Amino acid sequence: MSDYRVLPGPEHFLPPAAASMGIRLPNPGEAHINGVIASEEKAYEEAAKQFLMAKVPTIFPGPLVLWAWNEKAAKKAAAIRQLYNTLKECVQPGQSPMLIPMPDYRPKYPKIDPEVEINPNHPNLTIWHNKIDCCMFVGVHCHQANLSLKIIRGGTSCYTIAMCAQAGHEDAMLSFRDASVEKIMKLADWVRKLKGTVQPRLTSAKSGASN
Amino acid sequence: MSKEKIKISEDLFDIMPSDYQDLVKSSTYGKEDRGWKDIGTSKELIEQHSLCAGCPESMAFRYILASLPNPEDTVMVGSTGCTSLVFPMVAVHNIHSLFGNQNAIASGLKRALSVRFPDRTKDVVVLAGDGATVDIGLDMTLQAWFRQEKFTTICFDNELYANTGGQESGLMQKGFVAKMAPVGKLFEKVRLPEIARESGCHYVVNCTVSKPSLVEKVIRNAVHIAREIGPTYLQLYTPCILEIGKNSMEGLQEMRDSEKPTERFAYKEYVSEPAKQLLAELAAKDKERKAAAKQLAGQATA
Repeated sequence: MSDYRVLPGPEHFLPPAAASMGIRLPNPGEAHINGVIASEEKAYEEAAKQFLMAKVPTIFPGPLVLWAWNEKAAKKAAAIRQLYNTLKECVQPGQSPMLIPMPDYRPKYPKIDPEVEINPNHPNLTIWHNKIDCCMFVGVHCHQANLSLKIIRGGTSCYTIAMCAQAGHEDAMLSFRDASVEKIMKLADWVRKLKGTVQPRLTSAKSGASN
Repeated sequence: MSKEKIKISEDLFDIMPSDYQDLVKSSTYGKEDRGWKDIGTSKELIEQHSLCAGCPESMAFRYILASLPNPEDTVMVGSTGCTSLVFPMVAVHNIHSLFGNQNAIASGLKRALSVRFPDRTKDVVVLAGDGATVDIGLDMTLQAWFRQEKFTTICFDNELYANTGGQESGLMQKGFVAKMAPVGKLFEKVRLPEIARESGCHYVVNCTVSKPSLVEKVIRNAVHIAREIGPTYLQLYTPCILEIGKNSMEGLQEMRDSEKPTERFAYKEYVSEPAKQLLAELAAKDKERKAAAKQLAGQATA
């Protein structure tokens, strides 16, 4: 196994693709944490911890769940909303969870409003503007998620989680695969389970996303 | 894609940027009587664009998009140029082809759509500049017409290569001196509307985009004829105000000046016999629909 670890950045302007550094994707039933294959249970726990530690834990739902193009997408959207509501219930004062959409991938002219949306072509703007230090991608097409995750790792210190409906993402710090309504709800359960047991990073010198 | 799929998940509706909410709530998709009068109230008709201030092409773009009879089932094929800067802002499917290839791409696309969706009406509309249509892509343009491909070709004629700094194009008028063509054009403007007619186009129009209602009429005619009968061609004058030394507010006047009866963009229309018949049928149906709607409205108020 590669010694390379997928860690929060900033890793510099052009971080290597994690796959090119020997990081491999998890098999069904597995996940990866920092590029190391782990059980899904461990990944739920770690993802919940990261959310509860973060000053601005954020979910970025992509077009595959924002648009109700089939029944499953609408159900996933409901589960994401529930995860967000759970986060809001479980964080401590001073933490501010966010839910910011990625409605599509086109370059936006004349500008992106980083307070209301994120775009895969310059996700760092939204991360910096809102001081997001932990985020989860869900419902984003894989190619765009890869692009975005690499840019985030390159330019920010944000911890990235991918709730991928396909085979997962090497470039996220933590990646699930085969995302489903059940998996999103299970993550919400873990957040609830760990409520009050995790110390938020509020007073840490490195609070908020840096660049 | 159909308009039924353009729905935001209910649970995430509130977090969507207002542009998208408006697109879903108040777009003109599916409305039979959509037209240029919807501009300013419908998000899909380019609220913002990245063209120069006062660019007549932006007006043309808006009128065309407002006039498409079936936008949710229309694919536009574009080529490199100023138009390709606008397409990211447009809520209509589009393909950016290699420069000059647009009519070849559209041919394959139209055929593929007919096979893939035999029970749905799918329109293909090519929109390219004069360089892509008449110079570099002339072969593809003509061959598509010879083959009687059923799609509309729209040429934004600004009479030069504007996007690259003002080089001479086939549609430039004789004697015109551009920034990158200092000698002046030595031969006449290529008479593509006439070539289009002789190449088998069933509907050909040469005009400016100064009158939105006129643009609406020709776009609807061109798309309907292309759908049912065969190729159609529209050559629209969209002057590049930068390259001809005009100010932002002078684009409209430039078009008005160029459409006078003796000028090169005086309105010219050619309609083939089968196309005339189709337009007459469509007009009759439209009249019937409006009469029925009026009657219905009368009953409702009674």
